[in-house]
Amino acid sequence: MYRIIPPKIAQKIMNSIFWASGILTILILVVVIGYVLFKGLPFVSLEFLFSDPIDSGRAGGIFPMIMSSIYVTLIALLLAAPLGVGAAVFLAEYAGENRTVKLIRFGAETLSSIPSIVFGLFGLAFFVVYLGLGWSVLSGGLTLALMALPTVLAASEVSVESINKSYSEGSLALGATKWQTIYKVVIPAAIPGITTGIILGMARAIAEAAAVMYTVGAALLIPTSLMDPARPLPLHLYLLATEGISMDNAWATAAVLVILILIITVSTNTLVDRYRKKMMGR
Amino acid sequence: MEYIIEVEDLNVYFDELHILKNINIKIPKNAVTSLIGPSGCGKSTFIRTLNRMNDLISTFRRDGTVLLDGENIYNPKVDVVNLRKRVGMVFQKPNPFPKSIFDNVAYGLRVHGINDKDVLAQKVEEALKSAALWEEVENILEKSAMGLSGGQQQRLCIARTIAVEPDVILMDEPCSALDPISTTKIEDLIHKLKKDYTIIIVTHNMQQATRVSKYTAFFLHGEIVESGKTDQIFLEPTDNRTEDYITGRFG
Repeated sequence: MYRIIPPKIAQKIMNSIFWASGILTILILVVVIGYVLFKGLPFVSLEFLFSDPIDSGRAGGIFPMIMSSIYVTLIALLLAAPLGVGAAVFLAEYAGENRTVKLIRFGAETLSSIPSIVFGLFGLAFFVVYLGLGWSVLSGGLTLALMALPTVLAASEVSVESINKSYSEGSLALGATKWQTIYKVVIPAAIPGITTGIILGMARAIAEAAAVMYTVGAALLIPTSLMDPARPLPLHLYLLATEGISMDNAWATAAVLVILILIITVSTNTLVDRYRKKMMGR
Repeated sequence: MEYIIEVEDLNVYFDELHILKNINIKIPKNAVTSLIGPSGCGKSTFIRTLNRMNDLISTFRRDGTVLLDGENIYNPKVDVVNLRKRVGMVFQKPNPFPKSIFDNVAYGLRVHGINDKDVLAQKVEEALKSAALWEEVENILEKSAMGLSGGQQQRLCIARTIAVEPDVILMDEPCSALDPISTTKIEDLIHKLKKDYTIIIVTHNMQQATRVSKYTAFFLHGEIVESGKTDQIFLEPTDNRTEDYITGRFG
């Protein structure tokens, strides 16, 4: 049969295409992060990190914003992680395949594709106004928890589901109950995937401006209680840039945010890898 | 002769499929019984009926009785957890937990409420010694069991099972994923264990059946064609189908 391109040449072309796509992806990542750091790092100093903003952020630092980000993200995680992992275990181990399960899964998928600004609006109506929590760390954290939940759930479910059924069988055959099996064998084996899911959810929460815009207020002070308003980093960045307060400080805030997220992901990845190696004996 | 398990008129169905038909067999205590027969004949389903592992499959139905020491294990009052403690199981593919060697063997003990460190250490050592694995692992007890070879993993699974001191050990083709040397070690182990435990082993390997077991049952299409002493089954089978199978004419 007549071939337009000989297989060996086709192989070479495809090899180069795959290589090129891989390299391009890395390049885009490096360029984006590099550019942010290039624009922002010159304005980042210890003083910038650990002092209060002056004149709405035109000068001074971002310490209250860092603390705000940590608080709202922690609240989101404390709520979304147990709920998400619990629902994942339920779906993967207890529920079987029926309409309720499909509905829950569909719900979670839909939830994860809702734009964050819509979550923000819902948070405003429900937490801030209806529950009377006001513009506060708590309202913001709750809104972010809703957003992070489907991410945690989806990743955890895949992870729990992928645990070899032979482990559960081995455990049950030793006389363990279903709960003991889940708690002592399945979840420990699924920890790497679950952690990754939690970190993805956390990254989503910490990077979010739109969802907190209507829910945490925009205070420039360090929040001292759950009911205080606050201003997480992405929101601060947004306000600095859109209101033309200070582009330099906006870049600097962006750089801090990027570095924070990098630190979180790299360190958890390292921990997860170490755990996995220990568990699998390699 | 003393029998530990007595199966009477057992029928097993998965949905409408009639997997086991009118099974009647008595398993002698503290001896090895082999179950042989071609793939799909119901051997594995049968041993999974003995520790109620089939309960995990939603389409499973059965009638007839399985008596363990005279008590019907399908009686609604029977505690499945306690049953599985008494009837342990070793699977076809070694399935250690992704935990340390020590934690694998201690698992069953902990599940049954033993948490005293000294007791655990002692029982783990005993179990590993009984499973002829102690010398190979005594210095790496804290290492992951997943790093062991397949044969070591299978002996670890046996250690894990005997640690909870069952009366019966079910083995579902325990050597089918192992090399000949590991297989020999497992067979030696079975010889060692038979004085303390009743062992029921599913095997596709006729030689293995003759080497390890005193009794044999031949399964075909969900029925027991013939059962009795291994020598008699292999040397003077009474049923033509048994003879055809063991001489390799089918299966």
